[in-house]
Amino acid sequence: MNNAVFLTLAVLAATFLLALPLGRYAARVFAGERVWTSPLLAPLERALYRLAGINTAAEMNWKEYAVALLLFNFVGFLALYAILRFQPLLPLDPLGLGAVAPGSAFNTAVSFVTNTNWQDYAGETTLGPLAQMLGLTVQNFLSAATGVTLLLPLIRGLVRHETDRLGNYWVDLTRTVLYLLLPLSLLVALLLVVQGVPDTLTALVRAHLVFPFHEGARLIRHQAIALGPVASQESIKLLGNNGGGFFNVNSAHPFENPTALTNGLETLLMLLLPASLLVAFARLARAPGTAVALVVTTLLFFVPLALLSAHEELTPNPRIAALHVAQRPSPRLAGGGNLVGADDRVGAVACALFATAATATSTGAADCSYDSMMPIAGGVNLFLMQLGEVIFGGIGTGLASLLAFAIFAVFLGGLMVGRTPEFLGKKIETFEMKMVSLSILVMPLVVLAGTAIAVLSPTGRAAIGNPGAHGFSEILYAVTSPGNNNGSAFGGLDAATRFYNVLTGVAMLVGRYWVYLPLLAMAGALARKKSIPVGAGTLPTHTLTFVFLLSGGILLIGALNFIPALVLGPVADQIVLFAHHATPSLVRGIQP
Amino acid sequence: MSHTAPAERGWLRFVRPTLLDSLLKLNPRSQIRNPVMFVVYVGAWFLLALTIRDLVTGRTPLAGFTAAIDLWLWLTCLFANFAEAVAERQGQAQADSLRASRQEVRAKRLAAPRHDAKREEIAGYELRPGDHILVEAGDVIPADGEAVGGVAAVDESAITGESAPVIREAGGDRSAVTAGTTVLSDWLVVRVTSEPGATFIDRMIQMVESASRRKTPNEIALGILLVVLTLVFLVVTASLYAFSWYAVHVAAHSGQVIGLTVLFALLVCLIPTTIGGLLPAIGIAGIIRLMRHNVVATSGRAIEAAGDVDVLLLDKTGTITYGNRQAAAFHPVSRTSLETLAETAGLASLADDTPEGKSIVALAHKTVPSLATALPQDAGLIPFTAETRMSGVDLGEKHLRKGAPDAIRAHVVRAGGTWPEDIDTVVHKIATAGCTPIVVACDARVLGVVELRDIVKSGIRERFARLRAMGIKTVMVTGDNPLTAATIAAEAGVDDYLAEAKPETKLARIRAYQKEGYMVAMTGDGTNDAPALAQADVGLCMASGTQAAREAANMVDLDSNPTKLLEIVEIGKQLLITRGALTTFSVANDVAKYFAILPAAFVAVYPGLRVLNVMGLSSPVHAVLAAVIFNALVIPLLIPLALRGVRFRATSATRLLRRNLWIYGLGGLVFPFAGIKLIDLLLTLH
Repeated sequence: MNNAVFLTLAVLAATFLLALPLGRYAARVFAGERVWTSPLLAPLERALYRLAGINTAAEMNWKEYAVALLLFNFVGFLALYAILRFQPLLPLDPLGLGAVAPGSAFNTAVSFVTNTNWQDYAGETTLGPLAQMLGLTVQNFLSAATGVTLLLPLIRGLVRHETDRLGNYWVDLTRTVLYLLLPLSLLVALLLVVQGVPDTLTALVRAHLVFPFHEGARLIRHQAIALGPVASQESIKLLGNNGGGFFNVNSAHPFENPTALTNGLETLLMLLLPASLLVAFARLARAPGTAVALVVTTLLFFVPLALLSAHEELTPNPRIAALHVAQRPSPRLAGGGNLVGADDRVGAVACALFATAATATSTGAADCSYDSMMPIAGGVNLFLMQLGEVIFGGIGTGLASLLAFAIFAVFLGGLMVGRTPEFLGKKIETFEMKMVSLSILVMPLVVLAGTAIAVLSPTGRAAIGNPGAHGFSEILYAVTSPGNNNGSAFGGLDAATRFYNVLTGVAMLVGRYWVYLPLLAMAGALARKKSIPVGAGTLPTHTLTFVFLLSGGILLIGALNFIPALVLGPVADQIVLFAHHATPSLVRGIQP
Repeated sequence: MSHTAPAERGWLRFVRPTLLDSLLKLNPRSQIRNPVMFVVYVGAWFLLALTIRDLVTGRTPLAGFTAAIDLWLWLTCLFANFAEAVAERQGQAQADSLRASRQEVRAKRLAAPRHDAKREEIAGYELRPGDHILVEAGDVIPADGEAVGGVAAVDESAITGESAPVIREAGGDRSAVTAGTTVLSDWLVVRVTSEPGATFIDRMIQMVESASRRKTPNEIALGILLVVLTLVFLVVTASLYAFSWYAVHVAAHSGQVIGLTVLFALLVCLIPTTIGGLLPAIGIAGIIRLMRHNVVATSGRAIEAAGDVDVLLLDKTGTITYGNRQAAAFHPVSRTSLETLAETAGLASLADDTPEGKSIVALAHKTVPSLATALPQDAGLIPFTAETRMSGVDLGEKHLRKGAPDAIRAHVVRAGGTWPEDIDTVVHKIATAGCTPIVVACDARVLGVVELRDIVKSGIRERFARLRAMGIKTVMVTGDNPLTAATIAAEAGVDDYLAEAKPETKLARIRAYQKEGYMVAMTGDGTNDAPALAQADVGLCMASGTQAAREAANMVDLDSNPTKLLEIVEIGKQLLITRGALTTFSVANDVAKYFAILPAAFVAVYPGLRVLNVMGLSSPVHAVLAAVIFNALVIPLLIPLALRGVRFRATSATRLLRRNLWIYGLGGLVFPFAGIKLIDLLLTLH
């Protein structure tokens, strides 16, 4: 357990150490200032604007901004859908994998445009290098940048006053991709290549088996090993909180995540940009104190939950213990604990931390099978997503949601100090409360209703891989993850059906646009308001009291809705597992 | 028994109609106004139907349980209605005492706005704005209006509590008349300015009657939050049915799917019924608290705005200082002794009934205790006139005079005396310090100067310090020159001052503050204050003010006490704090209710879930019932708090928040565990 504490703290310390300069750099990029990369990138940036005919000086109001965003995302969706559907007609499909089925193509297009990266397909057997690169990787960049464009107007709404201008969508998008995502992912891709991640247009290598074997009448002498432009996609997959793996088993695949070092690096990369945006917020919103309070709140949730997950994973599984299999924590056993579904390259503790980071942020990557984690550890994944992706959260969207919760907390807190609530000098009134309520509470509605539909419908139940409470967790997870644009898969559930394609597709769309467009509208309303000077009567947002208020708000509002579901899922699963009566829930799928 | 009986009867007299009100409010049309409670209401009807169905189909034990839950759902509705009814009754009682002053009056309507025009006698309520009426000595003024002819002494004690009659006349600042006041002498021609039923007092009465009560912005924002929470918990409970079905039929193959009774019980426990039920009462209670302070707000919005105020513009005179200047020191000149000066000044002022005169006598008595308290019979009184600008007494041969320096100088020179050189220095020094010099002379000899000074009200400095701690800035407004203003401002401890203030400068200053984002409150009474009163976020008009000023203001102080503004700010804050505290409490309660109901509902499916029964509740049936009973009882328990308001302390926001989070956040988390356990224990007693 000490190792778990050390690993968690080390990754977090490294993350914030890197996030400090990166966040300051990002803030300057978002503010349109010159940065040290400008000499190289500014000409390119100008050329892009000229090419697209964009007037960078023209700022937009919230509606224009939202329309631009939606339009751009819609075009992205159409393009991706077309690439997936017309794969046979396009070049670079050396294996001739064929067209992606309409339901799956719709689901995948929605998934990658909304930064969810929920995958109902196996990458290596569905998509060729072109679809991976031009289709998915492009959206990995754009959807991450879209997340930033959902955040920036909100911050501007808080900072600016008596205006309706919230910035230029095209400029925000371009600068985020050009100055932030591209250079960083290039650097990371090189690091990954150094560690052994392939990056090639070769789709397949044929390896001679050392021990050929018979399958039925056939003698199997070769193994086909899938390859592809992995490193370039892997870097943005993690940096951009996308999480869509090149291979079906995601970061559990040795070509995505070959060493312990890459595993640590990938964990860090998931947290890096959300942490950097918290740092950037301090500068952009001119509210360093509030930013610190937000960071403290984030860590207050993240650290205990990460350690809880690690602790659960280190607990010997009683069913396996009954088979006299050693599970004690020792280096020889890759750290011991629950190694079902985890490679010994990774181990149970690192898997728990990776999972916590993947579900706290909206990455949804996986370096082990989440379905095979101990029930409570899997529950931690669920819980983090169900909080509304606010603990680090997605790129931009996580902080935007956290700000929505802060506004919500300030509303109650402001009342408790006897003033019409205000946040960073902006009065929180009826319209803001409407938008915040919409943003925070639409997600639970969709997830709960979606799960209810799935468990009641025979089609929904038919997809379950495991009986018992665990099966319920699988369905809950399959709706929670897309509903929060996380994209991680619990596994064990056959989600490649029309039913789940539609259900998760709707959940992803609602989770993205219904949650964040109200915040954009709120940003418009906030920008029009006067900025109220801070006085002794103002509720301060940089104190420990505020941290508790915010944490309480997140817990009460974000979590209360899911308590019954969590009780009937992971909690019941855990209780049954440790009870003496064996139930069918024992046999867990190992498929990721 | 004999003396408790009347008190008991008085108590019953209040409770019986209130209970009746609560029952009457059970009709769907009043229930739907409160969406949170409407859900409980629908649930109560539904469970009633369920009970009947179970009784008819012979499932008696189940019917008993449903009936018990249903009973408590009805009680929950009734308790919430009761809270509102109590507040309304209290408000009405408050208003009734004011209404009592207004009998059914007759009005003399004039065909033209002339005293001698043709008149017809009509009922007061038939008047319309723009009508002209005649009111004569002994008449009760039937409607708010403005005098357009005549001059009269009016007894406004019914409204202001001040017994001295006031003069009302056409034109100028004293033209406004108020319905319910009585004309004592002469007559007035009044142009009616308000709809009958929309007069001053009527408006106040309306505000406590929920039918016409408009929700305030903050109430609406909170209402939205509560509705959305209710909606989400509706989905939570509805989806729980599906989850439970799955758990029973697919996952565990044991136990029973959660019953509708338990689902409704859970729903009612989760939705914020506590704050939902008490919200209307809290709003009314705020208005009542203002009324207790004799302040009428024209809208609930104004009360909330008062809580937000950052800058108070306070008139110096009357608010910060006593209305009049008072003698503060004697400055003898030319080898005159202090005693002689004090004695002479005291004697010269004995007949002077003005506050200044009285204060000189008081100070003289302090200096020379043996000073006479009455003048001899033969003393000749010299009253103050605008021409001479001095006053005094003639005692035999001695002519004692006091007055403005130049007036006394003329007097002394005329009497053949000399104007001592050192007195100019003294006079100048006093004047530059912002005080008023009064020179005292005996015959042709100048004795010295009395220094009249504005006296800052006692305790006002501490009050301003408290306001500062709350983040509220005080600005003193005065017509004095900057020097005088600075002196008094320093003494009173205000943050800023506005000297040589004219109505335009006041207005400009308010706008300047608002432009910086501050919320400004001010008091005023004159017609020329009207623009500033209208501009200010909270404009408090004195009841003695003109009609124009009253229309512009959003609050009227019936006592005409400008210091009231400070209390109004506290009432506004208290109103918001009460709402916030009870909302936090209400939401925090949900945790304990989950711990009561979830194990009860699912222990048959997953026996291991009994570990969640941390309260050790005796049985699933009792657990659900205890949670519902707790949820219902907490409403009447909190009615006193809702009506009285959460205690407010003038302190910084951080401290206030910490305190309220501890009490209502943590309290809301912990208290229900104890409450539900206790109810469970009581239930097992049977």
